[in-house]
Amino acid sequence: MSAITRDEVAHLARLSRLALADTELDHYAAQLDVIIGAVARVAEVATDDVPPSSHALQLTNVYRPDEARPSLTPQQALAAAPAVEDDRFRVPRILGEEA
Amino acid sequence: MSLTRKTAAELGALVASGEVSAVEVTQAHLDRIAEVDPKVNAFLHVAAESALEQARAVDARRAAGEELGPLAGVPIAHKDVFTTTDMPTTAGSKILEGYRPPYDATVTARLREAGLVILGKTNLDEFAMGSSTENSAYGPTRNPWDLGRIPGGSSGGSSAAVASYQAPLSTGTDTGGSIRQPAAVTGIVGMKPTYGGSSRYGVIAFASSLDTPGPFARNVLDAALLHEAFSGHDVMDTTSIHAEVPPVAEAARRGDVAGLRVGVVKEFGGEGYQPGVLARFHEAVDLLESLGAKVVEVSCPSFTYALPAYYLIAPSEASSNLARFDGMRYGLRAGDDGTRSAEEVMALTRAEGFGSEVKRRIMIGTYALSSGYYDAYYGSAQKVRTLISRDFDAAFHQVDVLVSPTTPTTAFPIGERADDPMAMYLADLCTIPANLAGNAAISVPCGLAEEDGLPVGFQIMAPVLGDERCYRVGAAMEKAFEDRWGGSLLSQAPTL
Repeated sequence: MSAITRDEVAHLARLSRLALADTELDHYAAQLDVIIGAVARVAEVATDDVPPSSHALQLTNVYRPDEARPSLTPQQALAAAPAVEDDRFRVPRILGEEA
Repeated sequence: MSLTRKTAAELGALVASGEVSAVEVTQAHLDRIAEVDPKVNAFLHVAAESALEQARAVDARRAAGEELGPLAGVPIAHKDVFTTTDMPTTAGSKILEGYRPPYDATVTARLREAGLVILGKTNLDEFAMGSSTENSAYGPTRNPWDLGRIPGGSSGGSSAAVASYQAPLSTGTDTGGSIRQPAAVTGIVGMKPTYGGSSRYGVIAFASSLDTPGPFARNVLDAALLHEAFSGHDVMDTTSIHAEVPPVAEAARRGDVAGLRVGVVKEFGGEGYQPGVLARFHEAVDLLESLGAKVVEVSCPSFTYALPAYYLIAPSEASSNLARFDGMRYGLRAGDDGTRSAEEVMALTRAEGFGSEVKRRIMIGTYALSSGYYDAYYGSAQKVRTLISRDFDAAFHQVDVLVSPTTPTTAFPIGERADDPMAMYLADLCTIPANLAGNAAISVPCGLAEEDGLPVGFQIMAPVLGDERCYRVGAAMEKAFEDRWGGSLLSQAPTL
């Protein structure tokens, strides 16, 4: 398995939406390298004849009746929002300048 | 005897009979919190007023002739990962500082229905990621046995609160050992129910296929009473099991092991284990044998792969679950100065709001799930999960319960493993298999390690929905040990 590089951490941070400082990248690269190196052992016993389990219980498609039920009011739903406008969540711009 | 030294069952009986009011019981615990929590830091939030109000309501119901449940009027400390409408819910993270959820977790709602008095919210490793409570954004909790040591984690505030008599009961969540390990290192009882036996609705998600709410208490019966109070099917949790709650309180009262087949897990012991932990563990196994259990050694070869599988599966699920903390709908928002895009604000918010362990796990999970690495890492870990379930199935054909030390060592000093994530992860070595397979498992105290005088935990694992076996064996052991010690292990703890 390849070692985790500084560039790889920068890529993972971008995918994870974490604005890491340059100084943090080396620190995380070293730690992630040790951790990933240690957990890679799972490949030793994960042979083709073993089926994967995503879950401890083998439950499939749990349904409930499609009935209207009480839910949060707009005021309750918005109560903890960082910014609100006209009964909606106010967010920073989503599209680029050119859009 | 002081009210704070009594068991939950005793307090419930005193309140039900009217000998003591729920308000008196609550006030005694609030006084204890004021006295010792400045040293322990178990609570992130103490809700004195609302606790007294809940207690008055219980006293009013009793005065009106209503028959109260076994835990009505009994105070409880609630892990700050369960949502509560009337108290902040932070998950130990800066990203949720001051957050007030708009709904109660099912466990919270059931505590209220049972008349339990919620004293406040307890400290934890941020988003329940950790084994020491050092990863909390609000400072570490300290172990009542030695204030320089960790109380375990992630539910370290809950373990420390019960071990320091600030509450007779507390709640926890166990994803890789986060109830059993803190119980072990603070000398109390902690139970991880069968996955799906207790509701995850309103539990701030870490790894959804593993997260399991469960009880802490100072004895086995109290843990069983709390287990019964908040467990059972919940329509709001699609992974909740449609089955009766196993008869755990009855099992805790019965507490005999005659004829029971006990399997000692061969893979858990030896190198990396503290000698004093192993000595107390083997002594406890001998005790069970003397009580009539049939003890055999059982090999579960895949268990040695449980730790690496867990540290792929849990971070993978976490990387997905924690995507919701984006600074848009609740919680912290950073860097929104009108010039930055939503994506930039999200990245700044998460960088500022998450601590380093959470960032590490999000990135490990992102790595394990990324194309090109998925099969080798996440895919292989899921296959190990199958192998671990098969080992449990084979073992439970030979024995009724499996036993091991709960943790390889006693409580370590605060700061000792903070810069070494792999050393920290080893604390969960013996507890993880039950999470991966969904089994029931409990930790009960089995003595003090000779070299440091700190508590050692004994883990009892039972099949899925066999939770009562954990309590049956735990209660038998507890009784025999307390006869030998002349009281609970915790009564040997230093005075705070």
